[in-house]
Amino acid sequence: MSTVEVEPYRPRLVSTRLLRSELRIIFGRARNIAGFGVLASVPIIVAIALALAGSPEAGDGPPFLSQVTSNGLFLALAALGAELPLFLPLAVAAISGDAIAGEANIGTLRYLLTVPVQRTRLLAVKYAAIAIFATAMVLLVAAVGVVLGLALFGTGPVTLLSGTQVGTAEGLWRLLLVCGYLSACLAAFGAIGLFVSTLTEQPIGATIAVVGLAVVSQILDAIASLSAIHEYLPTHYWLAFGDLLRDPISTEQVSRGMLSAAVYAAVFFAAAWARFGGKDVSS
Amino acid sequence: MSTSTAESALAGVSEPAGADPMAVSSAGLTKRFRGGQVAVDRIDLAVPDGSVFGFLGPNGSGKTTTMRMLLGLIRPTAGTHTLLGRPMPQRAGDVLPQVGSLVEGPAFHPYLSGRTNLQRLDAADRYADPRTATARIGTALDRVGLAAAAGKRFRNYSLGMRQRLGIAAALLQPRRLLMLDEPTNGLDPQGTREVRTLIKELADTGATVLLSTHLLAEVEQICTHVGVMHRGRLVAQSSLGALRASTAPTVFVDTDRPALAEGVFERLGLREVAPSTGGVAALLGAADPAALAAALVRDGVPIRGFGVREADLEELFVGLTGEGFDVNG
Repeated sequence: MSTVEVEPYRPRLVSTRLLRSELRIIFGRARNIAGFGVLASVPIIVAIALALAGSPEAGDGPPFLSQVTSNGLFLALAALGAELPLFLPLAVAAISGDAIAGEANIGTLRYLLTVPVQRTRLLAVKYAAIAIFATAMVLLVAAVGVVLGLALFGTGPVTLLSGTQVGTAEGLWRLLLVCGYLSACLAAFGAIGLFVSTLTEQPIGATIAVVGLAVVSQILDAIASLSAIHEYLPTHYWLAFGDLLRDPISTEQVSRGMLSAAVYAAVFFAAAWARFGGKDVSS
Repeated sequence: MSTSTAESALAGVSEPAGADPMAVSSAGLTKRFRGGQVAVDRIDLAVPDGSVFGFLGPNGSGKTTTMRMLLGLIRPTAGTHTLLGRPMPQRAGDVLPQVGSLVEGPAFHPYLSGRTNLQRLDAADRYADPRTATARIGTALDRVGLAAAAGKRFRNYSLGMRQRLGIAAALLQPRRLLMLDEPTNGLDPQGTREVRTLIKELADTGATVLLSTHLLAEVEQICTHVGVMHRGRLVAQSSLGALRASTAPTVFVDTDRPALAEGVFERLGLREVAPSTGGVAALLGAADPAALAAALVRDGVPIRGFGVREADLEELFVGLTGEGFDVNG
């Protein structure tokens, strides 16, 4: 400790150091890197299967699969569609379930809080990292799909769901819109994970609970007699991303999806704040 | 959020220094857990500015719960406290940057290196200057002797290395108050000596150290003040000197004629005369040990040994917390 008087450091109003540190931890962790590999492998496996077995008949198999061989962009859409029920929510659940419970589990939470990091700020940083992670995963799947799809199947005409044909540039723009929409849906889902993560000190338990929620939500969504509650389910509007591939874009379901995402994000972030704000940290 | 922090930072500067001579003080601080168990029961801590305060007590006596409350990690059921003269937890934002702490052992990300873990904590500190981070982290690692192992993953650290990293984390910034929970736990004798020297150095710079421990030797060597916890109560609190003075020294004679010796002690007005292993002991009181020895010789008591003994800290401690040194339930 020097006796020289140094001009004390004036903190900036908004510092991104903690967020950057958080992202380095998320994106540098071996477990997560393995997860990126799994997410990226789906478009690769689909591409290999199609290259070997040829394109299925229209209406056969998952959405967009039959169009992949006409334009490689559809490989990205087919992969996103295939990963949306389980793999993408699983990835978001793993990160969001770990957010607070993981730090509590290894005891680092008490050190962060005594640094001090204000609890609201910690939640905000954790949630920002979850949203960035969700976006990165969607873009990862899309990017692998685009690169591999264009390389293997080329840039033929893109036939939209409404039957219109557009060029590859317009197709790429539509794909970006889809990525943005799915990122928002998954980020909202991550708010549920953040909340669950404040309830426990067991990150794996939180992750399993959140994945279970996604699965149950999709099962309920598939039961026609429960249609009254469908629009309130967190996963209900996820598949509406197909509407972004019509000409003109059909905005009704997508707008409702965005509204649902915003409400889920706000409600569960607030719940996480209410729970974590006054919680005794005894781990 | 940001405005309030900026305001409190300014308030911290304008506040008169030394308005409160206590680095830590609490009034009626109580923690009752949900099961109804009272972990900390109405304690009034007073840790003077600049002291090295030994916070003693058997395992489970409430030391760690108290430290968690002081740091704002858990909310007291009742009572108030201040750190560095400011009320907590209201002023946590501008008090805690001046407080370094090690609570209930070190905890870090296992798959990150020691250095990366410190970078993480430094990044979390809004008051830490990012331009000096590398230098400050290097200095902190140096001070705890971890520079050579800084690149190793935390999971591969030994218990002693983990403990050192925990102390390094508390030293990332200049601190006015250090709250260290059993800092020498798991250290080898060399490491224990180093940490004690480090604590003395920190105290010499004017920092207050609140040191929770159950090692009495540690307290005798480095503490100026002690507080003793027992079953959630603060059963004693004073300067080490005052605590020592409050305990009476005993005089002891080793002889094979104890009855004769007892007679001499009683005639000279000593109190609590009683047989002791191999001889007789009594409270010295105001008597002069040299005169006692002369009186024993004069009356023909065969003296094999004679001495005056100060009560040591261990006896004091056991007297305050009970003989058993059991875990407090």
